[in-house]
Amino acid sequence: MSDHLPVLVLLAPLFGAIAIGLFGMRDHRVCLPVVLSALVLSLCCAIGIVLKVHAGGTLDYFVAGWKAPRGIGIVLRADAINSPILVVIAIVAILAAVFTVRHAGERDTEKTPHFYILFLLLCVGLFGITITGDAFNVFVLIEVTALTSYGLIAIGGSKRCKVAAFHYLIMGTVGASFYLIGVGYLYLKLGSLNMQDIHTILASNESLADSRAIRTAFVFILVGIWTKMAFFPLHGWLPNAYSYSPSGSAAILAPLVTKVSVYVMVRMMVSVFGLDHLEANVEWGHFVVWLAIIAIAAGSTMALAQREIKKMLCCLIIAEVGYMVGGAWLGDPQRWGLTGTVYHILADALMTSCLFLAAGAFAKWHGAAKLEDLSGLFRKMPLAATGFVVGGLAIIGVPPTCGFYSKFYLIRGAIEAGHWVYVAALLASSLVNAVLFFRIFEIAYFGKNPVESHGHGDDHGHDHESEPVVRREPPLHALIPLLAAAALVILLGLCNGTVVEFIRTGLIETATVVSTGR
Amino acid sequence: MEAFFKEAVVPHFNFWIYVIIMMIGLWSVIAKNNLIKKLIGLSIFQTAILLLYVSLGVKEGASIPIIDHHAAERSLVGDAGAINPDLIANPVPHVLMLTAIVVGVATLGVALALCQMIYKDFGTLEEDEVLQKIKALHDDV
Repeated sequence: MSDHLPVLVLLAPLFGAIAIGLFGMRDHRVCLPVVLSALVLSLCCAIGIVLKVHAGGTLDYFVAGWKAPRGIGIVLRADAINSPILVVIAIVAILAAVFTVRHAGERDTEKTPHFYILFLLLCVGLFGITITGDAFNVFVLIEVTALTSYGLIAIGGSKRCKVAAFHYLIMGTVGASFYLIGVGYLYLKLGSLNMQDIHTILASNESLADSRAIRTAFVFILVGIWTKMAFFPLHGWLPNAYSYSPSGSAAILAPLVTKVSVYVMVRMMVSVFGLDHLEANVEWGHFVVWLAIIAIAAGSTMALAQREIKKMLCCLIIAEVGYMVGGAWLGDPQRWGLTGTVYHILADALMTSCLFLAAGAFAKWHGAAKLEDLSGLFRKMPLAATGFVVGGLAIIGVPPTCGFYSKFYLIRGAIEAGHWVYVAALLASSLVNAVLFFRIFEIAYFGKNPVESHGHGDDHGHDHESEPVVRREPPLHALIPLLAAAALVILLGLCNGTVVEFIRTGLIETATVVSTGR
Repeated sequence: MEAFFKEAVVPHFNFWIYVIIMMIGLWSVIAKNNLIKKLIGLSIFQTAILLLYVSLGVKEGASIPIIDHHAAERSLVGDAGAINPDLIANPVPHVLMLTAIVVGVATLGVALALCQMIYKDFGTLEEDEVLQKIKALHDDV
């Protein structure tokens, strides 16, 4: 049984989706237990994988036992880099699922089963991208993720979410197609799609690895993945798609989809092309760090200009993607930048999850879409506001939240690589985040009493001040995931030493594979 | 010019053609205003990539990749009794493209459904008009 953990992670949500399709349409009450049990099973499998990797190193799994030569067949591969990401995906998905209990299709409860089918298929795609060991399967699973994301965005009632989903579809398809072209060039030159095979061939044949086709392949793959992760000049689809989608969809899409794309980039760099190869043959690594710096600056600047909470958070995601891409490309010899990137994937997934759950709860139960609507929040829903504060502090980078430690490792990598502008960009972006969030905290804490969600009766302010404030927390199914996410943000920060050590065993293991050429 | 054609274009004409077709598709995605025309461009774009992969599997004079009882008659078997891979087209890229075609069809299906919803909401499929109406929506709020 425990040998089959890597495939069970995928199969649980897949069969869950089928079960909802079969039984959930008639009786909507079936949906939530199925979703939760499938995801909890995935979470258990993911934790099992982490423990096995911790005990015995990389796990290889050949679906249906097809150990075919030349990597035809479905290979799943779990190592110290991707197994923690599996756990975080499962956790964030469970939190989002609990959050959506009563309002899956938002206005339209008819759509509940449809929502959950898409939700589980999205999880299959995300788990699959993370665990697969085959470059072509990554493409297929990216498209599974993308197609379900379009559906989850467009399932909301608003007019704008459909247009946002359409734009996302165009950008996403072009990005995935670029990735496909890159894989095509790799196959053309190397005759293999298995990541490990590609790596072995490239590491053993220097002139082939330096050839123009392989360089082109790398650039195509990189640009495709950048489009998928909304790296700055290619970010156009993200703000509208995530801010106009229903809160439940945003709670899973925003934390996970971009982060998993960042993981694909790291995977391509570390164990397909190989870091040594990139250092030897890619002269424009510094240029990418500069692009990341521009992305950080642009994301932070755009966030300052936003007046809607969700839009602001979306712009912050763009800045965070800049952190991660920059960290991965720093190229410091001890790989601290890359460590920071992988740790930040985990940290950012949890922080973003926390913030989007909070934003969803505020929009639903406080009627707040804009920053100034948040006034009086601390008096109305102190617990939910506390969860939001923890998420905000993590984005700013205040210890002991995980946001502090990921920035710490990224900055350590940047200092060792001597990339001072990146350090400055990270610090400046933290300052901007501090301005953004403390502005919100100020409104929420010191602002006037809560404005009723319907009327704008604040022209007679004196009456409001004398009114007793009713404490009305969001219902438990929204509050618990929010607080759980906040607790996990702090927990991941406190456990950063263990997690980072674990990630680094993976990075160093892969690095030694490169140097021995096998 | 002639040397360029002989060295770069003729031996690699499949690559030239796929890039040209792909750029036609991409141009249409970027430049066309009508959402359906954008989707047609997107389909052309994806089909061009199918063409790249399919052309990778082709070998001159090779047969279909099915090894049956008549393999010897079809002279697929070499002298040593082993299958001669030079005489069989590479099936892997073709199989990969079956998956990619399915992905493309699914994407197109979702995109057309979105177009239908956009048309129901806005009464038009011209992108600039849709954006204008969204802007009006935004100003009302």
